[in-house]
Amino acid sequence: MANPMKIRARVDGDVVQVRVLIGHVMETGLRKDAEGKLIPAHYIQLIDVTYDGRSILSAQWGPAVSRNPYLAFKFRGGAKGGKIRVAWIDSTGQTGSGETAVE
Amino acid sequence: MEQSRRRFLNSAGVTLVGLMAAAGLLGPDALAAAQWNKAAFAARKLEDLARILGGSAPQQSGDIVFVGPEIAENGAVVPVEITSHVPGTESIAILVEKNPNMLAANFTIPPGTLPEIQTRVKMAETCNVYALVKAQGRFYYTAKEIKVTVGGCGG
Repeated sequence: MANPMKIRARVDGDVVQVRVLIGHVMETGLRKDAEGKLIPAHYIQLIDVTYDGRSILSAQWGPAVSRNPYLAFKFRGGAKGGKIRVAWIDSTGQTGSGETAVE
Repeated sequence: MEQSRRRFLNSAGVTLVGLMAAAGLLGPDALAAAQWNKAAFAARKLEDLARILGGSAPQQSGDIVFVGPEIAENGAVVPVEITSHVPGTESIAILVEKNPNMLAANFTIPPGTLPEIQTRVKMAETCNVYALVKAQGRFYYTAKEIKVTVGGCGG
C-alpha cells in the first residue's frame, strides 16, 4: 500500500503551524471482517517530526488513534523555506515519510 | 554495533520494553533510537500509567485545557485538542478510559514546540477522556466526558 501523506506548514507570527494527515489503516486487531475473522492489528506506533533535522515533535501511538491520522501543532524558531519532515514506523515494521517546506 | 546501541538506550533511560519489536524498529532517523512503550499501552488506570512513565500519582490541574465534543456521533473519529499551561510541559498523553487500551497517544514536546496538540482518536463508548501532562518530572491531568453515539471499535 502506498502511504500518502499531506503536510502543511505555515508561518503565523512567530510560530509555525504544522498540520499532518497520514494515510494509514490504523487497524486495532479487534475488528472482524465480513467472514467473522479478526483483522490483524496494523497501526502506527512511533512518529517523529523534524524541522531542518531537529525534532520538533515525537509521539508513541496506540491503535486508538483514528484511521488516517491527523495531527496539528505549533513550534517556534521556524522560517519560510525550512524543511519539515515526518517519519513513522508501524506495528508491522513498515515505515513512511513525507516532507514539505514551510510556507 | 547492536551492543553499543543497547548501552546507549540504557544510559539514555529509554524504557526497554518490547524488545521483540526492536528488530522491526530499526527504521530511519530518530525513530531508530525510540522504543514503543508496550507497558504504557497496556496500562488500565491513570495512576498505573503515570508510574510506568516514571512518575508518582498525577494531580488534577486546571492548567490543562481539553477541547472536544460533548457528543461524538462517530466514535471512530473524535477530534480532541489539548493545551497545557503547566510550566515546563514535556509530554502530553491522551487516554480514553473505557477503550481496550486506555492510552491512545503520548506526545513528547521538545523546547520550542508549543504544548498544544490536535488529533483524532477512537472511542469504544461514552466515557472520560484524560489529558495527562508531564512537567518537570510531575504528572498532571484533566478529564472530560465525551458521549459516544456509535462506538469506534466494533466490526
